[in-house]
Amino acid sequence: MTRDTDDETDGTGAQSDESEGRASPGVPTAGRDEQPSISVPDDGEAPEADATTGHGESPAAGDSAERPATDGGVESATGGSESTELDPDAYDPVDVFPGGDLDLRDGADSCYKCTSCDTACPVAEVDDEFPGPKFQGPEQWRLKRKDDHDIDESITSCSNCMRCDDACPSSVPLSQMHNEARGQFVESQMEKLSVEYVRNRILANYHTSARLASVFPRTASFAMNFGPVRWVMEKAMGIPKERDFPEFATETFREWWKARGGAQVENPDKRVAYFHGCYSNYNTPEVGKAMVRVYEHFGYEVMVPPQKCSGTPMFANGMLKDARRHAETNVESLIEAIGEGADVIASCTSCSMSLRQEYPELFDIHGIEDVSEHTYEALEYLRINEDLQGELADARLADEQSFAYHAPCHARNQGLSRQAVETFRDVDGVTMEDVGDSCSGISGTYGWKEEKYEKSMEIGEEMFEHMEDAEGDVGMTECPTCAMQMEHGTGYEIKHPLQLLEETVGA
Amino acid sequence: MAIDSDVLVVGGGLAAITAAISASREGADVRLVSHKASTLRQASGLIDALGYVPATEPATPLRDGPPTAGRELDRDEWPDPEGPLADPFEGIERLPETHPYRIVGGDALREGLDLFDELAGDAYRGSHTDRNALVPTFGGSVKPTARYPAAAEAGLASDDRPALIVGFRSLTEYDARAFAGRLEAAGVPFDVAGAEVEFAEAFRADAKVTRLAKALDHDEAIDATPAREALAKAVAPHLHDVVDETGGVDRVERVGFPAFLGDDRGDEVRAELADRLGADVFEIPMGPPSLPGLRLEDRLFDALDAEGVRFETGNPVVGIETESDGRVETVAVDRNGRETPYGADAFVLATGGLVGKGLDSDREGVREPVFDLHVEQPADRYEWFVDDAFGDQPYARFGVRPDERARPVGGDGEAQYPNVFAAGGVVGGADAAREKSASGVSLATGIVAGRQAATEATQ
Repeated sequence: MTRDTDDETDGTGAQSDESEGRASPGVPTAGRDEQPSISVPDDGEAPEADATTGHGESPAAGDSAERPATDGGVESATGGSESTELDPDAYDPVDVFPGGDLDLRDGADSCYKCTSCDTACPVAEVDDEFPGPKFQGPEQWRLKRKDDHDIDESITSCSNCMRCDDACPSSVPLSQMHNEARGQFVESQMEKLSVEYVRNRILANYHTSARLASVFPRTASFAMNFGPVRWVMEKAMGIPKERDFPEFATETFREWWKARGGAQVENPDKRVAYFHGCYSNYNTPEVGKAMVRVYEHFGYEVMVPPQKCSGTPMFANGMLKDARRHAETNVESLIEAIGEGADVIASCTSCSMSLRQEYPELFDIHGIEDVSEHTYEALEYLRINEDLQGELADARLADEQSFAYHAPCHARNQGLSRQAVETFRDVDGVTMEDVGDSCSGISGTYGWKEEKYEKSMEIGEEMFEHMEDAEGDVGMTECPTCAMQMEHGTGYEIKHPLQLLEETVGA
Repeated sequence: MAIDSDVLVVGGGLAAITAAISASREGADVRLVSHKASTLRQASGLIDALGYVPATEPATPLRDGPPTAGRELDRDEWPDPEGPLADPFEGIERLPETHPYRIVGGDALREGLDLFDELAGDAYRGSHTDRNALVPTFGGSVKPTARYPAAAEAGLASDDRPALIVGFRSLTEYDARAFAGRLEAAGVPFDVAGAEVEFAEAFRADAKVTRLAKALDHDEAIDATPAREALAKAVAPHLHDVVDETGGVDRVERVGFPAFLGDDRGDEVRAELADRLGADVFEIPMGPPSLPGLRLEDRLFDALDAEGVRFETGNPVVGIETESDGRVETVAVDRNGRETPYGADAFVLATGGLVGKGLDSDREGVREPVFDLHVEQPADRYEWFVDDAFGDQPYARFGVRPDERARPVGGDGEAQYPNVFAAGGVVGGADAAREKSASGVSLATGIVAGRQAATEATQ
């Protein structure tokens, strides 16, 4: 080991002038054959792509266009909130790839190819065209170091359930790699005028369609499910006619919130900012209302800051620029709430997943780490901060009910897959059965694509069977699209744990 | 405010589950926290107890000095490991004194196996005897093991019925002909042939075992033929491939497949294939990740649920808070950057060894990262290993050292925390790979750690 030290002295001392041309131990540099790859060009560099950015207003878009993005709309992957003040001469891992790609080498190197991710992948289990997360992640990442390799099209078959993250014993950031590869594929290789792109763009921007539909909710609910319209949608857009579009609420959550005069409890010591997401706002405001009533029951002051889509459907469709635009708004308003002493609460496990994990993994926006660290799922937060067990010890559900509970994949990675079952296990009048660890198969927008519909239902089959075997005939889950799939496959009514909590604590 | 329980188990493998159920049965309120999906999916599904007693000393004495002083020794100067052992219990007293079996005792192993038998139910075999069974594994070797999946039963090497081993070109890590050849070379008491058949060709070249299992579970149509029928048809022409010593041809009485014969409906798949082939059908345990491991994981987590143990996976335990009297009060669970305290009266550490990442190492040393427990090791890392890859590697025995109550001890031999217990791969002293003792050590230390933690918590 003395020998090692001598070597280092030689390298860094005597030959320091030449050290730029040498590989320093521990600091990887791009090899001769490695080309930087940029996942999504900066807005300013790709004006032709902007022509398709028709949806939604984007107050921050101009802002971001002026700054050079180092990771394709993703800016620096490491600089954190101080990235603009970084000394350019200082060591920064992103510098390894001067073009500004996310430096995922550490993650790729951590993969020892045990294949656990592949056996956890619900798509690989049914789809012979899909090579699995190990290929999509570390293998493809290495391949694309060479400039003559495109991203394999199969990346679009990844449903972004993120089960591979949970399965990996080496903490390889698989879903981050998939998100980046998908972003690159969509940006550089997907035909922007193709039906598939337009369809995916619309699915990814559910926020926008839902906002429009909620202006005329009854008409929209009818029209979207009207037979001839659906036939045209399938033929023209590739949206499977088997699926029922969710009903739009006649009063959105935000309209309700405004009408009730906002928060009914003021408490500067216990504040939460509610990230309701699109679905609780436009489709199931009863979940949002349950959240508010339950939290007010426990003495919290609820804030409802301005917000846009969490980005989950955009990540899953490789629309990173859309996701970033929305993230900028979200981070800005959530960071303000955090400044006022609030923690961020989401009732949708994909929204909380996105704010917690995908945001800091993919974007460098001032305050994004803070948002990530202050975000919780609604039931999780109460379980940590309140004596929920004590509160529920004497509670009972007036009308006895058995529930078939399905844990969403995105709940799994946050350690939440068992929380509903455990919370209600001892409540009188409630029987809750976990229907197992299978994936529902819908994975947000995945099951909304005609070419994926069959696979989606095949993946979901195990869950449908377990639900039907379970005693309960009411389904329960935290995720709105899992709920859609559960209802679609079994015809059961599906509730959110917050709604049951509202009933049992009498909020 | 902390999330509280009487006993908190850190880990998600066989040792953690055994400890959690054993503590729960002592009346404790138990919670299990695991960073990632259970490592049981990496396991072969075989439950071995003790198959070999490897030599820890060379036949001729080493020169004075560290283990590396003996590295120039010819491998032949090391005695072969003793075994395969017919009876694992009988070998325990010949293990080193620091071996976990010597510390917690052979009774703990027996109780651990009893608990396993109860949890595994009819999915496992071998509980009728103390003796080891010899199960062929996918490398073509024969492994002495205490319990094995019912799906592997017809494949035992002690069975003298002629066998056909079926392989598939797309499963590159598993060569049926080489496998059969190795079994013959190992001197198994039956005639065996290997055949590569066409079936998996209908799937992508690198199809996952879960894909093949799902197709058989659902009897999916493969080129218009149901999968189970298609597989049987592919195998049928080879039922007379076995040639005995006299050159005569036997019809095989059992057919071995790589372990992908269904997941949820494995019994049904095997029964149908057996019916179609007119021969018993068995699975050969595969390398990780394996379906027998996944099936065992499902079964044991269902058992945790039935036992009332609360469990969560997805977030790591990253640190501890102690009280002034030296007891651990809470551990910190990292939830996406925010640390949430989990309180308990007693803790069981079952995070695995160097492979399972319950132990961490770099050039400076080997550490236990959660509680920072003492891990005995030579200061010079060149003494962590010897040149013979299959030799008596010091690193293989690295880990925390338990006392007879399974509490990790410090360098002074005293328990480091009165309410911290350890089980499974994180416990040092066993060379599980050479001994074939990994599951047994998990069961024996798991049952003791769980019971002692419950006692500590409910006192």
